[in-house]
Amino acid sequence: MIERPDSAVSSVARNLEGYVGFANLPNQVYRKSVKRGFEFTLMVVGESGLGKSTLINSLFLTDLYSKDYPGPSQRIKKTVQVEQSKVLVKEGGVQLTLTIVDTPGFGDAVDNSNCWQPVINYIDSKCEDFLNAESRVNRRLMPDSRVHCCLYFISPSGHGLKPLDIEFMKRLHDKVNVIPLIAKADTLTPEECQLFKKQIMKEIQEHSIKIYEFPDTEDDEDNKLIRKVKERMPLAVVGSNIIVEVNGRKVRGRQYPWGVAEEGIFVENGEHCDFTVLRNMLIRTHMQDLKDVTNNVHYENYRSRKLAAVTCNGGDTSKTKGQLTKSPLAQMEEERREHVMKMKKMEAEMEQVFEMKVKEKKQKLKDSEAELERRHEQMKKNLDAQYRELEEKRRQFDEEKVNWEAQQRMLEQQKLDVAKTMEKNKKKGKIF
Amino acid sequence: YSQTDAEDINGEGARAIPLSGHVGFDSMPDQLVNKSVNHGFCFNILCVGETGVGKSTLMDTLFNTKFEGEPTQHNQPGVQLKSNTYELQESNVRLKLTMVNTVGFGDQINKEDSYKSIVEFIDTQFEAYLQEELKIKRTLHSYHDTRIHACLYFIAPTGHSLKSLDLVTMKKLDSKVNIIPIIAKSDAISKSELTKFKIKITSELVSNGVQIYQFPTDDETVAEINSTMNGHLPFAVVGSTEEVKIGNKMVKARQYPWGTVQVENENHCDFVKLREMLIRVNMEDLREQTHTRHYELYRRCKLEEMGFKDTDPDSKPFSLQETYEAKRNEFMGELQKKEEEMRQMFVQRVKEKEAELKEAEKELHEKFDRLKKLHQDEKKKLEDKKKFLDDELNIFKQKKTAAELLQSQAQQAGGSTTLKRDKERKK
Repeated sequence: MIERPDSAVSSVARNLEGYVGFANLPNQVYRKSVKRGFEFTLMVVGESGLGKSTLINSLFLTDLYSKDYPGPSQRIKKTVQVEQSKVLVKEGGVQLTLTIVDTPGFGDAVDNSNCWQPVINYIDSKCEDFLNAESRVNRRLMPDSRVHCCLYFISPSGHGLKPLDIEFMKRLHDKVNVIPLIAKADTLTPEECQLFKKQIMKEIQEHSIKIYEFPDTEDDEDNKLIRKVKERMPLAVVGSNIIVEVNGRKVRGRQYPWGVAEEGIFVENGEHCDFTVLRNMLIRTHMQDLKDVTNNVHYENYRSRKLAAVTCNGGDTSKTKGQLTKSPLAQMEEERREHVMKMKKMEAEMEQVFEMKVKEKKQKLKDSEAELERRHEQMKKNLDAQYRELEEKRRQFDEEKVNWEAQQRMLEQQKLDVAKTMEKNKKKGKIF
Repeated sequence: YSQTDAEDINGEGARAIPLSGHVGFDSMPDQLVNKSVNHGFCFNILCVGETGVGKSTLMDTLFNTKFEGEPTQHNQPGVQLKSNTYELQESNVRLKLTMVNTVGFGDQINKEDSYKSIVEFIDTQFEAYLQEELKIKRTLHSYHDTRIHACLYFIAPTGHSLKSLDLVTMKKLDSKVNIIPIIAKSDAISKSELTKFKIKITSELVSNGVQIYQFPTDDETVAEINSTMNGHLPFAVVGSTEEVKIGNKMVKARQYPWGTVQVENENHCDFVKLREMLIRVNMEDLREQTHTRHYELYRRCKLEEMGFKDTDPDSKPFSLQETYEAKRNEFMGELQKKEEEMRQMFVQRVKEKEAELKEAEKELHEKFDRLKKLHQDEKKKLEDKKKFLDDELNIFKQKKTAAELLQSQAQQAGGSTTLKRDKERKK
């Protein structure tokens, strides 16, 4: 199932006493939308000859494809083309610019590998145009040329989906709203049709293909019909451009020898309803929803894939997941802040390491100095000790010297005294 | 904001073709309306005006309900913006109404910066929307739009002219928000004064180039009423939540001794006109203008400021994501450069410090070398002194030895002399 974004949940609202006037808002919206006009792009995909152009003409009750503007089936294509026809239709004062995108050549080649690629490219390029217009600095009102709905025609083999069908739907279900239809249903009996539908739905589920689901609308009557039709998906259609007569009635149908198959939708028990049901569901009740799902789901998917690829290339995926919910500007801001913090931290760390190393070195220097001081002191002490020793020795020596000299002098004096006495004695005649 | 034109961007025309029956797409407006009603509507009003001019009362009167809040005093230090959100419902239409009030506007002595907090507030709401719009995974569908859709500017009922604060503020706001000027408490002005007042205000606005919101006249269904109403601007309003009995009805009014001012009487004031224009007729247009004009202007300026610009129309269409990538790379480059610079600076510092320390080490060694030398010198001196002493000692010893020898000789001789003497004596 296609995930739809949640709509606003209403809480208990105040009720107003007296008239205010904003109940007129819906009318204002109505008025403005009519003035603006509407646009819708419908794509039809399927092999040639399945009645795509016929269906378009029948759905829109117009000759979109006519003699002057022939449908793509009239043109023989060698490769898959994607062609668009734009028409302006008016009804009840409402203007609609309708773009029908056709894919002639789809599935017609012998080798159909990648025949879906031009289709995907077309859808993506419309999304890209919208993205670029939306991303401009100078924006103008931009037309919405995105593909809002893709009708996929399944050829009535009666057995099941062809590999091409599965491949195509798998590749496109998350790019566009896919509505599968069984084409040329008048080649199936009601029972065959029933089985065929069951088989198709089974295979769709098996391959997890998400086809467009018509949600309930406001109108209960509509809802009854919607639910009834949903049980009969995919719808089996028959289209015709030719008017034939059946029981006096003029109808659009296909004339066979065995009867006339009127155009329309085949439901069970041979019950047949005309295109009104399909037209109603596609146009009258769900056209806006198809556009909304395209805008809110498919386009947003495209956009986020595109932007994520550009802004997160190279980064590891675990980190980028969280970044997706931030706008790139905010992301840059955050990165800037992170970086500033990182730088601060780095600066602080470097500062710390620096300080530490300086301290270390200074400490070493100090130790060195202390060591040298100590040694110097030691040597000084040594020297001083030696000095003192010397002093002592000197003192001793001096003392000894002085003593000896004193002694010598005494001896000298003695000698002199003796000599003197002898002299005296001699004089006295004691000398003989 | 998708618009249908008969010509698409490539200039190819879409041909008009007739329908042969009723297809049913004329229900598209209804489908759109149903979707909007289910989703609910959202509207944000900013009320700018001096304290006591009647903003809260008028809001209560307009929306027929008593909103929260007490009357503010005049002593606010600056202008603050207080916003409150209410969920209202009328018939099947749900409206999320946010009312933003300027608290303290016009109360300060110096009002030069009064408009700043208002402009900032408006810009913040634009910024929030822009950020959401630029996210990779975004939810615009369920985003609660807080951008201001209408600014009711309350003009004080002086009866003379606009205050300079009014002109300055409105001039700053006119490119950011839809301004609807109203004359508040207009029951204080007499009818003749009112006409002159309105004319004066309008001419002052024009001569100062203030762009106020014009009710749109491009849609034929409402062109006439809108253009008439444009001529009645600014609306002279009276607000009241009190009811007075007039005739046999209870009406909202203000009762004076000399008469009763009925709020919803168009002869008495323009309240009904305001309600018509603001809510019943142009609410959606106000929202649209905010989004397509004011917001776009903000967005364009912001992006240009950040360096984004569209490439020429003839070259490849501008890709926002490529520019992001380029910007981001540029930005990362800058950051890396800054990182490098810081590293370099550190390397430089380390070098310098190393040199310093080496210097200090060298000095230390030199010092100790010097000391060592001194020490060597001292030692040498000591050695010399020692030697000197030793020499002296030796000389002394020699002297001593010599003297002793002499003495002993002398003694011997003296002894012999004495002996001789003695001998001679004896003889």
